Amino acid sequence: MSLKHDIEFKLNGITRRVAVDVSMNALAMLRDVIGLTGTKYGCGEGECGACTIQVDGVSLNSCLMFAVDCDGRNVTTIEGLANDSKADALRSAFVEHGAVQCGFCTPGMIMQADHLLRSGCGGDAGSIKRGIEGNLCRCTGYKKIIDAIASVSGAPS
Amino acid sequence: MNVAEKKARVIEPDTLIGKRIPKMDAPEKASGKTRYIHDINLSGQLHGKILRSDRIHALIKSIDTSAAKALPGVHAVITAADIPDQRPIGVAKDHFPLKVGRVRSERDEIAAVAAESEEIAEAALKLIKVEYEDLPVISNPEDAIKPDAILIHPEPHGADGSHEHLKQGMSIAHKGKPDNIAMRFDYVHGDVIQGEAESDVVIEDTFKLHYVTHCCMGVSGMIAEFDSSGNLLMYSNTQVPFLHKREFAEYLNMDPARIRIIQPPIGGGFGSKLDIYPFEVICLYLARAAKRPVKMLFTREEEFLASPTRQPVLLTLRSGCKKDGTLTFRQVHTLHDNGAYTSWGATTPFVMMQTFSSLYRVPHCDYHTAAVYTNNPYAGSFRGYGNLQATFAIEQHMDMLAEKIGMDPLEFRLKNAQDAGETTGQGMSFKSCGFKDCINTAAQRSDYARKVQENVANRNAAGNIKRGVGMASMLHVGGGAKIYPSDGCGTILKMDDFANITLITGASEIGQGSETVLSQLVCEELGLPISAVTVVNNDTAITPWDVGVHASRTTFIAGNSAIGAAKKAKAKILAVAATKYECAESDLDLRGGFVIKAANGEAVVELSKLLRNLHFQDKAELVMTTFYYEPPSVHQDKGFKGDVSAAYAWGTQVVEVEVDTDTGIVKMTKVTGAHDVGRVLNRLGIEGQIEGGVIMGQGYALTEDLMIENGVMKNPNFRDYKLVTAPEIPEMDISFIESMDGEGPQGAKGVGEAPSICIAAATANAIFNATGVRIYELPFTPERVYRALRGQTPKLYWKPWKAN
Repeated sequence: MSLKHDIEFKLNGITRRVAVDVSMNALAMLRDVIGLTGTKYGCGEGECGACTIQVDGVSLNSCLMFAVDCDGRNVTTIEGLANDSKADALRSAFVEHGAVQCGFCTPGMIMQADHLLRSGCGGDAGSIKRGIEGNLCRCTGYKKIIDAIASVSGAPS
Repeated sequence: MNVAEKKARVIEPDTLIGKRIPKMDAPEKASGKTRYIHDINLSGQLHGKILRSDRIHALIKSIDTSAAKALPGVHAVITAADIPDQRPIGVAKDHFPLKVGRVRSERDEIAAVAAESEEIAEAALKLIKVEYEDLPVISNPEDAIKPDAILIHPEPHGADGSHEHLKQGMSIAHKGKPDNIAMRFDYVHGDVIQGEAESDVVIEDTFKLHYVTHCCMGVSGMIAEFDSSGNLLMYSNTQVPFLHKREFAEYLNMDPARIRIIQPPIGGGFGSKLDIYPFEVICLYLARAAKRPVKMLFTREEEFLASPTRQPVLLTLRSGCKKDGTLTFRQVHTLHDNGAYTSWGATTPFVMMQTFSSLYRVPHCDYHTAAVYTNNPYAGSFRGYGNLQATFAIEQHMDMLAEKIGMDPLEFRLKNAQDAGETTGQGMSFKSCGFKDCINTAAQRSDYARKVQENVANRNAAGNIKRGVGMASMLHVGGGAKIYPSDGCGTILKMDDFANITLITGASEIGQGSETVLSQLVCEELGLPISAVTVVNNDTAITPWDVGVHASRTTFIAGNSAIGAAKKAKAKILAVAATKYECAESDLDLRGGFVIKAANGEAVVELSKLLRNLHFQDKAELVMTTFYYEPPSVHQDKGFKGDVSAAYAWGTQVVEVEVDTDTGIVKMTKVTGAHDVGRVLNRLGIEGQIEGGVIMGQGYALTEDLMIENGVMKNPNFRDYKLVTAPEIPEMDISFIESMDGEGPQGAKGVGEAPSICIAAATANAIFNATGVRIYELPFTPERVYRALRGQTPKLYWKPWKAN
């Protein structure tokens, strides 16, 4: 039996208390324990970015973070962007610019793009490309994703 | 009320065709609300895991599952011995889901567990003990055809899954193979000997194409549940639900009518979900054994190891032309690495031979393929279906022949390019054909002719960065492909009291945007906004038959089917309105949610009101229609001849590169593409298809390489299997040639596969243009390019080979 540990943290603005296996990653906690499935498993080793979340305002791969390390932190997932006007603009831009095809990379891509915009990056196409280089997409060829982010950041396209 | 207000409202004409219509399911996907198969959990569900071989080629001497069965939380442990009714699966029915007696590749399935959690299932796998006796490994297809090669499939398989029963006179499902040849294809038109005699120039080269894989962002998965009456409900990622329903029934020895397949949104397809793979059948066995729903998901490593690949090809092409630039013949021999088993990869010659026989006018063509068994991963279907490999060779030869006769490569291509109305030696009839427009447009927009000259002149200039430009064109089916008994698609259309449409289509959605395009086509007929449509496309219990998502067929086939259903609905509505308003049907039309006067657009009645009137009356009626569209294409004859598609798509891509001669790094700077798509239906969607395909082609050309050494996959992860990332993408300039196909929906042709086909070929030509060095093998990694630039690469030569 795995060792369990109680943690308390802020998830999408709401304080949560959960008991998690000490060996569990944050991705598995979000999906399997808490039931928020917007964060996706793509590779489990930090290479694809499909599981991107924000912790204390910084984007990271939830597959590489132990669930217990969420204790006391402020965690935001794609679901947490639902009532955020800045994120609304980003989501709409992804839709309007055709940045979504199969959509599997999209939540992680939007979490990363949201982080870029909040940290003042993304003022030009080059910094957007560098900013999302850790997020793989197999459908779109990235161009429309870059265009979508640029339309919100005001970067010349 | 003044006079002006009494005037009838005029509805201005509008169209959805060619507009930038956002994908209908994008808002859900962008907010993380879409439930993929990974996100679905059924109550009482168990988790399935598979034990794979840790040998490449070996006899299984014994399997001990007793410790795994004893582990708390384990509900079922199965091996081949537990499934006496196993039947061989795959395109050639040459392997069992759970391997019997022998493993033939690294990924081979030996046992499977269903347990309360994934962790318990994984722990149980570790408790299964397998004893092997190693056999020699064939990892190189050239070794597989040597006379003394060990046979990969020597023994017959019984239809019941065990060899022992064969002795008791049971039926044989797979006879085994007396050699390692899985499939052969031989095609000929004209007479290549005559063609060669008429040639002023003849060249022959060997090309080598590598392993790549789909890398769908959503890993493979399945959920299976039998109800208490024995009916099977599957949540599956298949691209071909109706074909698979029948096949799964065969493997389970049950009535296909009792199988229902629901397709949750799919995290990428690209051809990978066109065949049934062992994990799917094993998941069914586990659900049957455990009498509980079983969910099985791959890890990313499993996705690399156990999902299909694009087929590696060794190819020798001999081709010729006259001094005036007329192509004379093509003679082609290819050796395909089939891997250990046969999936659709073995049948890519169907498409390859079309390109060899019919891309440009080829009077004489001779094509031979052998797909051979090895102990490597087995190859499936992948966007482009052999066409990337064929085009890689052909378009390099086009440049090389042009250079030999001293002709401009653009002029040489245009001289041999076909026009509408031509029929090829293989019987493909080009009713619409924008081939020359594609070549000219791509050349002009990229300034190809000037850059070709300029780059050659700069080859010996100072500096380590050399610029190159290369061109390649492609031909692909664009109006379905009549491979199965029917290439059709069904539609059911119903309208409610508020003039909303439920469009029930057989066409599967795999991220390509079919639901949006089909809705546009229906709205165009019925004069309604796209928001009026709800699409149902993912449940075999509801949707009408469709052959599946393949061959770039959905817009064309399902589109024509949707239009057919919409036209029937429109005819019914107009007939009702004509009676009610005492005029001819031809005086009326539908526009903007109204029945209007066709002559001046004046609104006659709101469509929803008319539908309610029809519904709530004594002879009540609803508007519900059905349509089944079968394209006017034909099956090929035994010699592979025939007009297999109702339309053909064309495209030309010009690739520009910078080659760093110090490091061998090739940077793709720009792709200029011109595609004959018939007509643009959804500009946003079609740009997305092209851009995504171009970058997939870039990966094939430059970075992606599934490395197999002695049967072992060396890089089953995203760190070492290098997908293209955002900073590496080239500038893209995409043009659409609208040839308005007469059979296509609103004139459109298929485009899904087209954009990835030419990139590697054009890149090869661009590297040559930059450096004067031709590289015959993919991918163009820094090491390969570096060595080639220094003359360290021996010239590839594979002697065309024929078995007796």
